[in-house]
Amino acid sequence: MPVLKADFGACQGYANCVDAAPDVYDIDDDGVVVLLRTEISEEERPRIEEAARSCPVNALTIEDA
Amino acid sequence: MTGTVLVVGASIGGVRTAQALRSEGFDGRIVLVGAEPHAPYDKPPLSKQFLSGAWELEKVLLLTAEQAAADGIELRLGSPATRLDVAGSRLLLADGEALDYDKLVVATGASARPSPWRPESGVHVVRTLDDSRHLADALRQDGPVVVVGGGFIGAEVAATARGLGHDVTVVDPMPTPIGRVVGPEIGSIFAELHHRHDVATRFGLGVEGVEGVAGNLRVRLTDGSTLNAATVVVGIGAVPNDGWLADSGLAVENGVLCDEYSRAVDAPDVFAVGDVARWFHPGYREHVRVEHWTNAVEQAVIAAHNIAHPDDLRPHSPVEYVWSDQYDWKAQIVGRPVLGVRHEIIGTLEGERPRGAVLYQDDADRLCGAVTVNWPRALVQCRRLVTGHAGYDEALDRIRALVSAGPAMAAVPATSADG
Repeated sequence: MPVLKADFGACQGYANCVDAAPDVYDIDDDGVVVLLRTEISEEERPRIEEAARSCPVNALTIEDA
Repeated sequence: MTGTVLVVGASIGGVRTAQALRSEGFDGRIVLVGAEPHAPYDKPPLSKQFLSGAWELEKVLLLTAEQAAADGIELRLGSPATRLDVAGSRLLLADGEALDYDKLVVATGASARPSPWRPESGVHVVRTLDDSRHLADALRQDGPVVVVGGGFIGAEVAATARGLGHDVTVVDPMPTPIGRVVGPEIGSIFAELHHRHDVATRFGLGVEGVEGVAGNLRVRLTDGSTLNAATVVVGIGAVPNDGWLADSGLAVENGVLCDEYSRAVDAPDVFAVGDVARWFHPGYREHVRVEHWTNAVEQAVIAAHNIAHPDDLRPHSPVEYVWSDQYDWKAQIVGRPVLGVRHEIIGTLEGERPRGAVLYQDDADRLCGAVTVNWPRALVQCRRLVTGHAGYDEALDRIRALVSAGPAMAAVPATSADG
């Protein structure tokens, strides 16, 4: 099952991920990404891959667990 | 769909199109054509972290050879496309190679508008990796820097040069340069940001000429005064890279004219994305060309989807979003503040710990745009509210509620390089 990862130190709060996939990405009061869940299905993967690739600082990845 | 997709242009729009084609299930051949010899790289850091030296090259790369190979993307770098034959479905490169295609995506981006002032040396633009490297070399020498153009690039370069210890002056013929985007009142707060960081501005003045050589330049302004500079940076906008399409048969009018699906008009096998695309925005009911990073990424996904799934075409109808990191400000702009008839500031944009949002109301009493400073959570909300055509009063309530909900955020450290 694909697993979401985030580099919380790299995140700059550009928030494109939240706009693209609000069901898995959110942002906290300090402007840092929050993972609403870490496991996703293969069916969701293309959409969430595209959301992860909308991060300007490459803070988001999807790995195969 | 199978066959061959040629993606022409290896910056953010082209790279993301190629990657999204795979995510969307396209299993044919993908060739990514890039004019420059470098591995595909990202542009926003070129006026900030890469320019200052805080980031190395590998951190700005968009697609390594290994990543390209893993996604089955063929890289064809170092030779610009010179001619497109739409009728023959063939692309010609400068080195003489011809590539045939089933679908082609124009993603050639935009170039820095060239400096009208051409002394022997010392005048820079910032658009490409080589531009940024040359300017970084120049900034390693002591001496004052004059930045011509007070827009986003100019302001970011000014902040970076100041962070490196230079005396910096920003010149622009507009009284408040960012005012073109955010209105004159908020624009003047952006101007104050320079002054708070000991950067001088000469706004409302044009440049008559630049003479001298690198290290010893004189910038003559329209009021008769002269600024001495070791280095001059010119950031006066960009022009779409569409000249190579002049005899292609495509409709080109300040960008490749496209329909709402990002397909070139009268050429259904050709798409365009990013800075070079002028597409019909169904929400605005007009053709627009947008030079924002996020638009290139979103349009890339749309174009890739529409190529891979021609029976399920999606229109590209985004709400604009752009950010600019200047000094201790992370400014984020969503929608079209310029359409605002009034605005209100929630929080504060000034002082030691700026964190605030400016909400703009259009003539239909809706939230048409917002500018946030050091407040990504408000940006997210505003982006949703603009997308949802929210009423202005509702938007004010929602953003005010965030003020009381969240703890005060620490200001971003006051360096230009880490924004």
